[in-house]
Amino acid sequence: MITISAISEIFPVLMQGIKITVTVLLASIVCGYLFAFIAGFCRLSNNVILRKFTGLYVEVFRGTSLIVQLFWLYYALPILFGIDLGSDFWAGVLAISLNYGAYMSEIVRGSILSVSKGQTEAATALNMSSFQRMRLVIFPQAVRMMLPEFGNYLIQMLKATSLVSLIGMTDILYYGDILRSSNLSQAPTVYLLVLVFYFILALPLIFLTRKMESISKKGVASE
Amino acid sequence: MSEPIVTFQDVHKSFGDVKVLKGIDLEVKPAEKIAIIGPSGSGKTTIIRMLMTLEEPTAGDIIVDGNNLWKMEKNGKTVDANDKHLRAIRGDIGMVFQHFNLFPHMTILENCMTAIIHVKGENKEKAKKHSIEMLEKVGLGDKLDNYPSQLSGGQKQRVAMARALVMRPKVMLFDEVTSALDPELVGEVLEVIRGIAKDGEMAMILVTHEMDFALDVADKVLFLDEGVIAEQGSASQVIEHSKNERLQSFLKRFRS
Ligand SMILES: Nc1ncnc2c1ncn2[C@@H]1O[C@H](COP(=O)(O)OP(=O)(O)OP(=O)(O)O)[C@@H](O)[C@H]1O
Ligand SMILES: [Mg+2]
Repeated sequence: MITISAISEIFPVLMQGIKITVTVLLASIVCGYLFAFIAGFCRLSNNVILRKFTGLYVEVFRGTSLIVQLFWLYYALPILFGIDLGSDFWAGVLAISLNYGAYMSEIVRGSILSVSKGQTEAATALNMSSFQRMRLVIFPQAVRMMLPEFGNYLIQMLKATSLVSLIGMTDILYYGDILRSSNLSQAPTVYLLVLVFYFILALPLIFLTRKMESISKKGVASE
Repeated sequence: MSEPIVTFQDVHKSFGDVKVLKGIDLEVKPAEKIAIIGPSGSGKTTIIRMLMTLEEPTAGDIIVDGNNLWKMEKNGKTVDANDKHLRAIRGDIGMVFQHFNLFPHMTILENCMTAIIHVKGENKEKAKKHSIEMLEKVGLGDKLDNYPSQLSGGQKQRVAMARALVMRPKVMLFDEVTSALDPELVGEVLEVIRGIAKDGEMAMILVTHEMDFALDVADKVLFLDEGVIAEQGSASQVIEHSKNERLQSFLKRFRS
């Protein structure tokens, strides 16, 4: 049964997990976008090796599951190569951001490519350098196309943070599991509250996504 | 006579196996206005795109103000131009496109002043002043803070002209700048071009299907047909008095 007393008992325990969930999320967002832009631009580079190498990264990280990547970074890397990421925090953040960075790099690449050729030509006709063409003309237009999709990935990244409980990080789901294993009959209440917690965390992200969508529509109706 | 500002010497262009231009020779004097006419697919756009450095010739030389556009000297050898070389010469040339190609994320004023600030290094105040003057000249002084999506086709094309003019090129290229416009908007754009042409000092190459307009502003008309210049001369010679049969049948389609 879901009772008020049970809720008041569970609530403070789950609260302890919020800090980890939020810090993992924020770090993953920053790193994820960073990887997305770096990989997106590398895939458009003239350098074949760079292009192929980033292509491989993108396919590997999109083609395998996030959990397995997480376990690789946390368990396998230190043993195989002696690379220790120093903490479970960085293993979690890197797994999530490398994975979503791979997906989002495709958005970066696709958006830049979809700015029409006429824009590059007009910028060339005004004698802009190739860097200026990207910075002043192509990139600002491409970013507007990226925003709505980037917003959707924010929420997906939040959901993905719950996987870090599997490498022993004390996030919301971790505390939920602890509670459940100490008292199985409370499981429905526990997981109901876990859902509520994640949804409340998602609300600002949903709001942000809407905001990004409206920004992307402003100013740049089709030419 | 003064030295030509642009010279084409036996310029060829192929796309894959398709030979589009088969030996173009052309001289443009400073301040000269040249119209290029010809059937669709004859290579008119390709000629001016090569001059704008948007397309590389397959063979031949294009000389701009004494500099070979697509070739440069390196260690005593002649090699293909790199971006730096192109950039040093390209500033002499400006272009207006058939489909405007305005920057949709910038206001009208920003469309005009961005390149003078970043390419010519003018300070912001001056750039703004020059851009406003130029936009007033094309009749858009009241649209400075609008975005391109809020303008009519004719207005967009006038912005595109102001944007190119404010860079003060020595040669301006116009690629069928009225053919994407509704008929009732063509006049206002041609009027602006006439105004620029009367101002004088800038050379102009206009690809156009507007024969009356060509008669009015062009010092010289070229008839391009199947990749060669099949006829050239003064506007009235080419448009009104030519004996060339293909030219006559081409013109008939515009004189109905
Ligand atoms: N990038 C390209 N790749 C392949 N073929 C091209 C390319 N650009 C132009 N062509 C071909 O070259 C020929 C000449 O094209 P161009 O655009 O110069 O003709 P045009 O005289 O401007 O014609 P229109 O009056 O229709 O604008 C056409 O057959 C066209 O299909
Ligand atoms: Mg054309």
